[in-house]
Amino acid sequence: MQLVLNGLAVGCIYGLVALGFVLIYKATELVNFAQGDLLMLGAFTCYMLVVWYGVAYWAAFALAIAAVALFGAALDATILRSVIGQPQFAVVMLTIGLGAIFRSFASMTWGSEIYTLPTPFSAKVTRLGGVTVSHEYVSIIVGTVVLCAVLYAFFGYTKVGVAMQAASQNQLAAYYMGIPVKRMFSLIWAISAGVAAVAGVLLAPVSLIDINLGFIGLKAFAAAVLGGFGSIPGALVGGLTIGLIELFAGAYLPHGVKDVAAYVVLLLVLALRPQGIFGAVARKKV
Amino acid sequence: MRVLFKTSYAQELGLFRDNVQRNWYVVLFAALLVLPRLLPAYTSDISLVFIYGLCGLSLMVLAGYTGLVSLGHAAFLGIGAYAHVYFIHDLGLPWLVSMALACAITAAVGVLVGLPALRMTGVYLTIATLAFALIIQEVFARWDSVTGGLKGKPVDKPAVFGVSFASDLAFYLLCLAFLIGGLWLTANLLRSPTGRAWVAIRDSEIAAQSMGVNLAVYKTIAFAYSAALMGLAGGLFAHRIGFLAPDIFSVLLSIQLLLMVVVGGLGSLHGAMYGAVFVAILPVLISQARDSVPAFVAAALGPLGKGVADAAFTLVDRFVKQPGLEPGLFGLILVLFILFEPLGIYGRWAKIKLYFALFPLYKRATFRRQKAYMRSERLR
Repeated sequence: MQLVLNGLAVGCIYGLVALGFVLIYKATELVNFAQGDLLMLGAFTCYMLVVWYGVAYWAAFALAIAAVALFGAALDATILRSVIGQPQFAVVMLTIGLGAIFRSFASMTWGSEIYTLPTPFSAKVTRLGGVTVSHEYVSIIVGTVVLCAVLYAFFGYTKVGVAMQAASQNQLAAYYMGIPVKRMFSLIWAISAGVAAVAGVLLAPVSLIDINLGFIGLKAFAAAVLGGFGSIPGALVGGLTIGLIELFAGAYLPHGVKDVAAYVVLLLVLALRPQGIFGAVARKKV
Repeated sequence: MRVLFKTSYAQELGLFRDNVQRNWYVVLFAALLVLPRLLPAYTSDISLVFIYGLCGLSLMVLAGYTGLVSLGHAAFLGIGAYAHVYFIHDLGLPWLVSMALACAITAAVGVLVGLPALRMTGVYLTIATLAFALIIQEVFARWDSVTGGLKGKPVDKPAVFGVSFASDLAFYLLCLAFLIGGLWLTANLLRSPTGRAWVAIRDSEIAAQSMGVNLAVYKTIAFAYSAALMGLAGGLFAHRIGFLAPDIFSVLLSIQLLLMVVVGGLGSLHGAMYGAVFVAILPVLISQARDSVPAFVAAALGPLGKGVADAAFTLVDRFVKQPGLEPGLFGLILVLFILFEPLGIYGRWAKIKLYFALFPLYKRATFRRQKAYMRSERLR
């Protein structure tokens, strides 16, 4: 039970990062290899605000998300827009390069030490029956659920959300309908970066903050692929599955399996059911 | 501008475009033979360039000609290196046999990884190879009996047929021979039906399939060939660095290898070579810049007064001594190349050549990118 809870919490983080991948992929067909590094930037920004400048936790949370979201939108408007139409390869390399720059920037600004973020939930536990529930894990799960509800409502019920769906379904048609497609894409980048920042801030108290936090993005790939790249509920389910598998592998399988479990699952999924759990089989028509 | 009229099939079949081109290659070869005499201190560094050249060749076949991007090629390099070292040290096989076996094993692993991944397109393969590389790195660290685990594994100098290649010069020649062999093989393969099929797959999978190219077969061949070349490079690499440890073959190395082909110029063998030279020289340039740039900035700001110059010196010095600078610079170079020169160094060179060939009539638009919209890869 303890394992399940911890697995769910870790899985939520993977799910959130995977959600960021999927949002961008659905909208612009770019795969953002720098998603994990955006998460790292979010965590560091929040840390900097809380510890260096003494901002209250919740204000710092909001500011960090806003900063990273703004950064994501700026990134799209300045750099990524110019590679649209280039082969996928170029985009993959571009985001990998951006990720390397972010990591380098982080190590120069915040140094390569390891930090812990003090939060209102730190080191508090509740005992429920025989299970020790740490508040940090609860905060992750609650945060994810709230965020998903907000995103769901946003995409389903607001005008901008529907416009975004249209833009990601058919760019040209959306453009003809008077939807400002470019601005929508920037907005989606902002949302995706913001989601990454939320994941980063939620993860910070559980895992320590350092410049390699971004490598969690690689495991989130496994989550996104497992859920079928391009399916939002799939990303979350995939994330939860990967989180659970990883925790159980750590508990019951020999040492070292835990670190690679996510990647093994990823390869297995690609080999057996490449369209993922929620993907549909289709062939491109010419 | 010189236009080449082909008057016989022999011209069409020749490896070189004309005698002029062939003579230039002969000159280049002679220069490479003389080079160690001119720069004896750098002989060992230049042999590393040749090994990188083999890696570049391998990735160029895969990414540049077949359009499959692999983020796991450091793992193939590692498999080649560890397999080769295991065969000669632990099993005592002859050098050439061991090298051939290492290539064969790497190719086999390439096929195993490739087979499931090749059924899908584009970015899935990239992700799958990335996952594979991370798993393999863990295997290197934990399979103590073969790889020596985290303690690492020392490597002896190569000896082929009892002839020792221990000296820098001998190893240089060995690497050069393998690089020329690899280039010759690849150049020939690329103008064979196999190579044409690869290029067709790169340009449009659907069109290639409609023309009767069996996608799975040709993609698998490309993957296996690329992995085998990487295995060869791995064997040489093991001798060059003299000590194998799992963290050498990290994702960062894979990215560096990809950087090589992007910077060099995708879709040309020349590009792979330019990229190899670039990637090998860059760390040297960076370390030199670390020493000279602060003093240079201070000297440039000298007229503003000693206080300003000193402050600038400390500031710049602190900035360039940051350990995280190097990967960031690699990333920056990658980003700049993709944004401003997607064709890489080779493309820049081609443009300069065309500028002079057409002298007053060169138009920028010749190389302008045609597509400014997004072509959907999506199925529905």
